[in-house]
Amino acid sequence: MTYLLSSLSFGGLLFLVTAGFCLIFGIMRVPNLAHGGFFMLGAYVGVAALRAGLPFPLAVLAGGLATAALGAVFEAGVLRRIGNNEDAQVLATVGLALIIGDSILTVWGGNPLRAPAPEALRTSIQLAGAFFPAYRLAVLLVSVLIAVLLWLLIERTRLGAMLRAGVDDLKMTRALGISVPLLFSGTFAFGSCLAGVAGVLAAPILSAYPGMDFDMLPLALVVVVLGGMGSLLGAFVGSFLVAAVYVVGPVLFPEFAYVILFLPMMIVMAIRPQGLFGSASH
Amino acid sequence: MLSRVARCAGVLVFLSGAAAADDRPALKIGMLTIHTGAAAAIGDQTENGFRFYLEEHGNKLGGHDVSLKVSDTTGTPAIAKAKAQELVQRERVDMVVGPIGSAEALAIHDFMREAEVPLISSSALAEDLTQRKPSKWFVRATSATGQMSHALGDYAANTLKVRKVVTIATDFAYGHEIVGGFQRVFEDDGGLIVKKIWVPLNATDFSSYLSQIGDVDAVYASFSGAAAQNFIRQYAEFGLKGRLPLLSTHSLVDESLLPEMGDDALGIISSGHYSAAIQNPENQKFVQGFRAAYKVDPGFYAAGGYMAAMFIDEAIKTMKGPATDKRQLMDALRAVRITGSPRGDISLDEFGNPVCDVEIRKVERKDGRLQNVVIKTYPHVSQFWTYEPAKVLAGPVYSRDFPPLRATR
Repeated sequence: MTYLLSSLSFGGLLFLVTAGFCLIFGIMRVPNLAHGGFFMLGAYVGVAALRAGLPFPLAVLAGGLATAALGAVFEAGVLRRIGNNEDAQVLATVGLALIIGDSILTVWGGNPLRAPAPEALRTSIQLAGAFFPAYRLAVLLVSVLIAVLLWLLIERTRLGAMLRAGVDDLKMTRALGISVPLLFSGTFAFGSCLAGVAGVLAAPILSAYPGMDFDMLPLALVVVVLGGMGSLLGAFVGSFLVAAVYVVGPVLFPEFAYVILFLPMMIVMAIRPQGLFGSASH
Repeated sequence: MLSRVARCAGVLVFLSGAAAADDRPALKIGMLTIHTGAAAAIGDQTENGFRFYLEEHGNKLGGHDVSLKVSDTTGTPAIAKAKAQELVQRERVDMVVGPIGSAEALAIHDFMREAEVPLISSSALAEDLTQRKPSKWFVRATSATGQMSHALGDYAANTLKVRKVVTIATDFAYGHEIVGGFQRVFEDDGGLIVKKIWVPLNATDFSSYLSQIGDVDAVYASFSGAAAQNFIRQYAEFGLKGRLPLLSTHSLVDESLLPEMGDDALGIISSGHYSAAIQNPENQKFVQGFRAAYKVDPGFYAAGGYMAAMFIDEAIKTMKGPATDKRQLMDALRAVRITGSPRGDISLDEFGNPVCDVEIRKVERKDGRLQNVVIKTYPHVSQFWTYEPAKVLAGPVYSRDFPPLRATR
């Protein structure tokens, strides 16, 4: 029971992180290796907001807005100038990740910072004789809610239609008169915002600490490769799959704890290189 | 041409004048620490401890002015090696203090021995640095890994009288050694390790490991940094706190982490060769001064930096010649005897490892903050506990599977 709940709640968190990564990659073809950095920045801004006395939802908002702003600036100021040069994109985003990491070290120091869960969720629920923290269940609910909202946004709105068009055929989208630079900035800011929100939500579980960016990034990459590049449904399913392996794998096969996470990814890549839900053209 | 000669002469006059003013040449000390990445905090604490001692003593060690060259290894063994070479070959330092991690220390161990430059360890705990791979160019200002958990094994078996324990620790060399030391003494004193749970180094979520704990009398855990903080919080959230006593070694409840831990940490019993709550005048002075300077109690790393400086200071005081003679300095370091330090009296064994007090501490709220209150002191503890050194050295170093679980023996 605990394993199931742990997998689900961690999967929810993972989805929030990967959804943004996935959107950015799907639309812009930018492998944003600073995504973990946005996640960490969100966590720190959230902790700072909580310490300043803001209620939890506002702290989440603050984390999301801060990363969205940084994302928009970075996209307009750096990524746009690079164009389609993939090597440069990788270097620029890794560079940004390092800058975020070092800035956080300078501002907040290197010791892990604790973030309290909202007052009402600070208890543990007893389920089938085992304790489970209420906050984690709330994170699961929130992430499912965000997943549904994202789905509605992409499938049911005009903006979503533009995004989907961008994923499928960028040239045609441009020809239709949709402002691609604006679409790109918006996507990058929104993807970064999701990472920041995930960071704040993660803080009461993982704390805010230097290095959480590169603890989370490989997980997000595994999810995206597994689920299929640019597919939100893939990210959703992949997140829960990876979380289950992450939680249960080391228990069943403790000797393989370090590699077990990559096994499903390797199997999927061998059989279906485009990922579970990716389309072959990507 | 003439002017160049004159300039050279001027420099010479200046240099000889400087030497005449103080016949003790300035001492060049290289420090290998970490300023970037996840371990930057412990690197800073080590450096702060060392610098605090220098400030206390007018920037002099054994009468020599000190010029400190600090290098950032980023915690990577390969970079530590390159930085050590840079300090020794280009900066020509008289000695090196650090590095922070055991993997880094092992990476530069051979180089330092071949270069014949003293290495004073301020935190690296790996057993073999002073056991199966000793170097006469090495001294440790802290202790060996098992040295601290041996004492806790004794305390758990004989004072707490717990019988069945599950261990849960990070799956890397330090975790293996700290658990191995606990297991050896605890089982020799009648206890039983039921299961050893190993957690990958990058794990952030402990829920699935916590649910494997099962039917035991106590839990022995070893984590550090953010993992320590998350573990302690989750131990409470998953309903284990208050039900099963939590035993540990210094890193889980280091003074640098306590302020962020809150009540979840209360009651944890740990062992260590230092606690900021040791009640001797030297430590009270150190803690008071350090708190005033850095707003936090000194922990393992800060005390490590401080003690490294004290080792150098006390060693040089016993020397007749100048401390820049590396061979004599090394001999003095290996023979150093510390009386009246924050950690009490310390001498070194034949491997350059301290024989020192090991404290059993319990987290309590005192003077409005969490502290590792000392509840028992094991005096003059050797890295070999009460075992015959030759016998310990003939066996393997503590590892994932050594000592083996009794069920599999």
